[in-house]
Amino acid sequence: MKFPSYTTPREKLWFYFYRTFCGLVLFFLVAPLIVVIPLSFTNSVFLQFVPEMKIFSFDTWSFNFDGYGIRWYKELLGICSDNTGTTVCTDRWMIGIKNSALIAVFATFFASVLGTLAALGLSNRHMPFNRLIMALMISPMIVPLIITAAGMFFFFAKLNLVSTLPGLIIAHTILGIPFVVITVTASLAGFDNNLLRAGATLGGSPLRNFFKIQAPLIAPGVISGALFAFITSFDEVVIVLFVGGPEQYTLPRQMWSGIRNEISPTILAAATILVVFSILLLTTLEMLRRRAEKIRGITPQ
Amino acid sequence: MSDTRTLDAKGQLLTNDGVPLKESLRKSLRRTKIRSFLLLLAPLLFLLIMFVGPIGSLLSRSVDDMEINRVLPETFAQYELWEDKSILPSEEMFAAVVNDIRATHKLEDSEGNNIGKNLLGKAGTRMTYEYSGWRSLLLKTVKSATKVNKRSKEEVKPYTWEAPYKEKMIKRDKRWGKVEFWQSLGAMKDPYTIGYYLNAVDLRFDANKNVIQKPEHLKIYKTIWMRTLQVSLMVTIFCLILAYPVSYLLATLPMRTSNLLMICVLMPFWTSLLVRIVAWMIMLQQNGVVNDTLVGILPCFEGMVNLPFFGEKNIDLCFSDEDRIPMMYNFTGTIIVMTQVLLPFMILPIYSVMRGIPPSYMKAAQNLGATPTRAFVRVYMPQSIPGIGAGCILVFIVAIGYYITPELVGGKDGLMIGNFVAREMQKTLNWGLAAAMGAILLAAVLILYWAYDRLIGIDNLKMG
Repeated sequence: MKFPSYTTPREKLWFYFYRTFCGLVLFFLVAPLIVVIPLSFTNSVFLQFVPEMKIFSFDTWSFNFDGYGIRWYKELLGICSDNTGTTVCTDRWMIGIKNSALIAVFATFFASVLGTLAALGLSNRHMPFNRLIMALMISPMIVPLIITAAGMFFFFAKLNLVSTLPGLIIAHTILGIPFVVITVTASLAGFDNNLLRAGATLGGSPLRNFFKIQAPLIAPGVISGALFAFITSFDEVVIVLFVGGPEQYTLPRQMWSGIRNEISPTILAAATILVVFSILLLTTLEMLRRRAEKIRGITPQ
Repeated sequence: MSDTRTLDAKGQLLTNDGVPLKESLRKSLRRTKIRSFLLLLAPLLFLLIMFVGPIGSLLSRSVDDMEINRVLPETFAQYELWEDKSILPSEEMFAAVVNDIRATHKLEDSEGNNIGKNLLGKAGTRMTYEYSGWRSLLLKTVKSATKVNKRSKEEVKPYTWEAPYKEKMIKRDKRWGKVEFWQSLGAMKDPYTIGYYLNAVDLRFDANKNVIQKPEHLKIYKTIWMRTLQVSLMVTIFCLILAYPVSYLLATLPMRTSNLLMICVLMPFWTSLLVRIVAWMIMLQQNGVVNDTLVGILPCFEGMVNLPFFGEKNIDLCFSDEDRIPMMYNFTGTIIVMTQVLLPFMILPIYSVMRGIPPSYMKAAQNLGATPTRAFVRVYMPQSIPGIGAGCILVFIVAIGYYITPELVGGKDGLMIGNFVAREMQKTLNWGLAAAMGAILLAAVLILYWAYDRLIGIDNLKMG
């Protein structure tokens, strides 16, 4: 680091202290996620770094990877060719992943459609109770999940929706709507209504105008909202605990019982996959953001 | 082209079609309003039915006391006639209890299955919330009151108990002679009750329906509410302390570098909450990474030292296996994990506000003779306050309703009100109390949400 010549030693010291502090905070944010990854490749049954996992031995001056393997990934996938009898292999993780994906895909679809409709309706400033409706649309994100879950448990019981897939899809759709509303509203904020007027004078029907002019411009907003909705649904456990039955066990629900009851490194394998998954999503989102900026003619400095 | 700005007889502007411009504009405005309304219709209805509906049904449970009124209607009617509530009620009231029990016991649903016994059990549970012992007392009495004389030759066999009942009931169970049990009926006789709310904040009704404090040993929820508040406040403060410097760094670095560092903030934000909890378990448990590291790297010195002024001392500066700090399954664990989980919620709003503060202001202040510290405190910090406000309210709102994290890492002394809502829902099955606690929590959150909307505006809520 190069300092200007007039920097006092105290300022230099402060600078290093400050940078170190920030570094530690960022480390605090990511360190736990990074620790999960190597430990998911352990061969032992413990959720800790056992001595066999030392990669480098100073005594013999050599590398040693005997402590590592993909045992828990096999368990996750339900492949048990090398089952030694110490663990019982089940396909419940795969069922969980399937259920999660199924629920998340449907919930994301409905949340995207409903959220986009709501955002389009709310973009009209002359709409009465605009602010109140907006607050209502975002409230599923604010109301504590435990309250939503408890309420849905009672309400869905009356409608025979408890322990059914449609019940969970409806609940997760509700949770996803706020994200879509927020992102689409944000992308509509930069939308120039004159474009629609221009389309109309050129003879386009309102529907055609929407799909040809407005839809491509708000698409990044819809997609990033949909991604938020997807990850919210994929990660959700409280509502599944209350509204879902054993038939609808999702991946987070399996992890939940894994953490509570028989904690095994399979959870870490699942966690690693989820971390990789979230990195992919994050990258997608960043690309979308860049694209949206490019469309609007703003380039990052 | 004709002149579009034609005027009519009254001097109003007209459009091409000869309609007054004002009216035409009003029409078009109405059309857009209708269109917006139609767009909103589906999502709004969906949300009202499937989200507001459930919350409403939860809230209604917190005051609903209908069931007990269906079981004991005659008793409650007699209660109104009971004059001096400090002495035992008269025979009529005892008879009313027996009649109510017999009537309920025979109840059947439309398919002819008996539901009365179940109802009596539920009633007993409900009554125990007001005065402990009611359930066993009621069920004991149900047995005696509904016993029939099997040797009787009549078609409808008569009950073995006959009026008067007062002495028989007191003989069956001494508790019927205790005026406190009778008094507690007062709290249940109305179809709607605030009893669950009182219970949720460690209050109760006395015989005359005055609100009084519960006895000390029964006060459990006060500590939980206080802890919920304490955890939320502590997490908010820690988040602010950690987030503010980092946000400043991210806001002042060149865009390219700060976007790179931003990944560190966004990655946990995007990772499953359960994954983060598992990760912290690995880090913080007794044999976890943090404790292993502490044992491994801290200097170990143990022995006799000759210190000036103190003389010979035995010093143990070892961080050995016995010294491993318990950081998981307790209050500390809850705080650490929640701080990490909620930190992005604090960094993002502060960062977005700081990005908007022109760096030239600080330079101007320094040009005018302020020291860097003074310029920061007097010029920069006041401008970043909206971000601080947004972040703090957001973190506090999310923290106050947390359930998963305390449940998994909180042990016994890290549990919050959300966990007790779940406990009452799933274990104790006191749904009224769960609903009341939920309602209080919801009210707190909604007030904060309203404040957030007022101060910052929810449309400014940004993610990622």
